[in-house]
Amino acid sequence: MRWYLKIIPLFFILVVWEIAALLINNPFILPHPAIVVSVLLAPTVDILGSGSLIDNTFLSIWRVALGFSLAVACAVPAGIIIGKYRTVDELLDPVVQLFRPIPPLAWVPLALAWFKIGLASIIFIIFIGSFFPILINTIDGVRRVNRTWLETAEIYGAKGWKQLVYVIIPAAAPVIWTGLRVGFGVAWMCVVAAEMLPGTSSGIGYLIMYSYNWGQVPVIIAGMIIIGLIGIGVDMFFKGVERKKFQWMELSR
Amino acid sequence: MDGVEPMTVRINNVGKTFPSRIGDPLVALEDISIEIERGEFLCILGPSGCGKTTLLRLVAGLDRPTSGEIIVEGKSVTGPDPRLAMIFQEYSLYPWRTVRGNIAFGLQMRGMSREERDERVNHFIQLVGLEGFGDSYPYELSGGMRQRVAVARALATDPAVLLMDEPFGALDAQTRNRMQKELLLIWEKTKKTVIFVTHSVDEAVYIADRILVLSTRPGRVAGIYDIDIPRPRNRTSVEFAKIRRDVLEQIDRFEERQ
Repeated sequence: MRWYLKIIPLFFILVVWEIAALLINNPFILPHPAIVVSVLLAPTVDILGSGSLIDNTFLSIWRVALGFSLAVACAVPAGIIIGKYRTVDELLDPVVQLFRPIPPLAWVPLALAWFKIGLASIIFIIFIGSFFPILINTIDGVRRVNRTWLETAEIYGAKGWKQLVYVIIPAAAPVIWTGLRVGFGVAWMCVVAAEMLPGTSSGIGYLIMYSYNWGQVPVIIAGMIIIGLIGIGVDMFFKGVERKKFQWMELSR
Repeated sequence: MDGVEPMTVRINNVGKTFPSRIGDPLVALEDISIEIERGEFLCILGPSGCGKTTLLRLVAGLDRPTSGEIIVEGKSVTGPDPRLAMIFQEYSLYPWRTVRGNIAFGLQMRGMSREERDERVNHFIQLVGLEGFGDSYPYELSGGMRQRVAVARALATDPAVLLMDEPFGALDAQTRNRMQKELLLIWEKTKKTVIFVTHSVDEAVYIADRILVLSTRPGRVAGIYDIDIPRPRNRTSVEFAKIRRDVLEQIDRFEERQ
């Protein structure tokens, strides 16, 4: 990977942006990059009484952490059971197939009806969003566990939970991990969208929506950049662990 | 080891029929009987689809016979059993575990303490000639080395009988010959009873005390041959060629009678 190749398109975007800003000459449509950068460089400054960039970002991360953890706690065990027992799979497959294609945001009205405006609704949306990618990958990972590995475990007396802990989970872990990575990506998108709903009063999604109402386009763009950077950062973390811990998956085939 | 039961394994009139969704059920094995002495090296030889792997799986307790009974050291086999360890053709090592971790697997499942485990693992790493590779992962090893790990893992649990399902089938000819030689050395050191499945007449004649030949479907006993050539055997000797030819001829004769 040649890092300078990755820099070129970013630089190009910046140049085009600056030229466009000069031509448009209206900070309420497209502010100059320098102004956005100045917002990013002062992340602790309170923005129009709704908290700083940093405060709101951490709040969003906290919400995602809650909703995502809840999804992991439910989807991984459910996926293991569905992947391991065919009867459960046949029983639940129609339900999973029915609910899976519903976009998380389609749940918003129902979430509001059930949990009212606030933390619980946002967590619920995040949960729904990340639940299915994690579930589907876990099922797939468990189902793909090599039969010889299971039989070898049986030969050495590993049945039931021992087989689960020492064979099925480590064998399926790389695929489950991919599910977590995808699930987190969805969760991160969900939190921003959920925070833009009327009635919310904090979070990075709220901040950019609020800034729109006040005509603060530099804050909108700064917020978007932060959302993108955090998304990349978390994805890189997941991929880094994958390379370190699960390289056997690639190398064994 | 007491001398009360000279036969380690008794296979009594064993048959196996697989139900089939379409058409007739599949008769894989029919009326197999053989007794295997303690410390014997038996090869089960037959063409693909003759049910030799099925027979080995029955002995291992991974499947149940439809008829008959398998008795190991006086007790009937009803499921996977610490007295039996099986080595598969390939892909049986856990790729997320190191060589040590793999060899320790059976011991760990039996709740042996870490110190005891480490000591045993060291011993068996040495026995199969993998010194220096303890912390390697399976994907860093050649096919032959991987099968050594599988052998070490099986021996570490100290089973009465070692079951091997074409363990060298995926290896190149040269590695295969070397592994056969080394397996015999290990066998002589450990005095285990070995049941070894192969489709190679050459391999069977080189390695076995006795060969059980199975016929094509349904698998029946087509013949049992004692191999009296002293070890180490020479694959290019006249004697070796003669026995090899005898076995092949008798297989042909049996197939024609069918």
